[in-house]
Amino acid sequence: MLKSDTFSQALEPSPILAERLAGLTSVSACYQCKKCSSGCPLTFAMDFYPDQVIRLALLGQEAQVLGCRTIWVCSSCETCTTRCPNNIDIAGVMDWLKEEAIRQGYASPQPQVTLFHQSFLDAVRRGGGRLSEPLLLGLYQWRSGGTLAKLKSGALMEDLSMAWKLNRRGRLVFHWPRRLKGAKEIKDFFKKPRLRKT
Amino acid sequence: MKVSYYPGCSLEGTAIDYAASIGGISRLLDLELEELEDWNCCGATAAHSLDHHLALALPARNLALAEAAGQDVVVPCALCFNRLKVAEKALQGPEGAHLGVPYQGRIKVWDLLDYLTQNARLKELAPKVVQPLTGLKAVGYYGCLVARPPAITDKTDAENPQNLEQLLKVLGADPLDWSFKTDCCGAGLAVARPDIIDTLVQRLYERALQAGADCFVVSCQMCQANLDMPQQRIAKKFGKDYYLPVFYFTELIGLALGHPEVKKWLAGHLVDPLPLLEKIGFRF
Repeated sequence: MLKSDTFSQALEPSPILAERLAGLTSVSACYQCKKCSSGCPLTFAMDFYPDQVIRLALLGQEAQVLGCRTIWVCSSCETCTTRCPNNIDIAGVMDWLKEEAIRQGYASPQPQVTLFHQSFLDAVRRGGGRLSEPLLLGLYQWRSGGTLAKLKSGALMEDLSMAWKLNRRGRLVFHWPRRLKGAKEIKDFFKKPRLRKT
Repeated sequence: MKVSYYPGCSLEGTAIDYAASIGGISRLLDLELEELEDWNCCGATAAHSLDHHLALALPARNLALAEAAGQDVVVPCALCFNRLKVAEKALQGPEGAHLGVPYQGRIKVWDLLDYLTQNARLKELAPKVVQPLTGLKAVGYYGCLVARPPAITDKTDAENPQNLEQLLKVLGADPLDWSFKTDCCGAGLAVARPDIIDTLVQRLYERALQAGADCFVVSCQMCQANLDMPQQRIAKKFGKDYYLPVFYFTELIGLALGHPEVKKWLAGHLVDPLPLLEKIGFRF
């Protein structure tokens, strides 16, 4: 369901967000052709269409874009960025907004997706530079909670049955990732101050 | 011929069958894949979603390792390939100086499919086919991120790539045209939002069947997992009876070239391709 009512109210434009995004891409070049939204395979799961996110960003509607579901269900397939006639890096804007939303402490409207990304990076960090998929799945499952609900709905048995099938095929076997020579250097990447934030 | 090889994390895990097929066919193709020493995770979607610096620093380190190794590097994973290319562009741009990574851009980053389907390599491949895959009706399904965005991947055919189809013809299979070859399957959301996958992937099944296909051929292990693993679940959810094996292109090269271990690679799949191969009269 799109939040179309957003557009029926008067919006107070604020240039700040677009100015900050200008270091990444020029959202002000958007002339609302909607090519991004037409080609986006994920619109059925979004609250705003990609062109609406760009429009809202341009109008400085920070709370709307930082709190929306769209930025988290975007699969980063890069179709929008590829097709934009004005070379706006739309998928890059989605990434920028996700990072900014976390930085500003917005509650993710898609907590499972956010938690999956966080668990992934945590697994790489703890594993010393390479990803162990069983560690990722374990961390994610542990933190996402809802185990009881998953048990009741049968989803947990489905997950475990899939894990077992993969394990039998040698595709999901726990082993700690090997120790890399660059482990310390890689660990430091996780601590460095961010490049982009202005 | 020697080339550096960056496998990526999943080829040590859930895509170990893909890794085995790559190792297997490389010997048949006189290709020496030299795995980069001490490579690390590219950061994948998680890093570029949450941490811009990390999303460049992780793949940049791999690029520096590859350049130090002194030869081009091939990457079998679409996402790793994309992240390495993003880092390559960043290192050559204004952000490069901040990354503190020595990289001159003297090597080329290849995605494995592109590398193996260069004209000269396809010509070398043709006479090595011992059992053509006659009657195998397949749709090629390209990973989003090997092609998009072209400003990063340096590809000229992002909307309608042809090299998988060219390869299938050389192998004697019957590649079918369809409009969804570069549409996203949503693999990055497979764990957190399986319901989204059901919608996206069911559409791909339906479109592949409408095109007349009996199977998918992929060059991305995330696509393979995402089309293969939930097939039973999706069939149940939509009340359909899907049987669409999902081959890696490397497995089909192995089949056509008579590699003795192909059955072992295929045993890693959830949707067993053997009944289909039997149906088209393929003899192991």
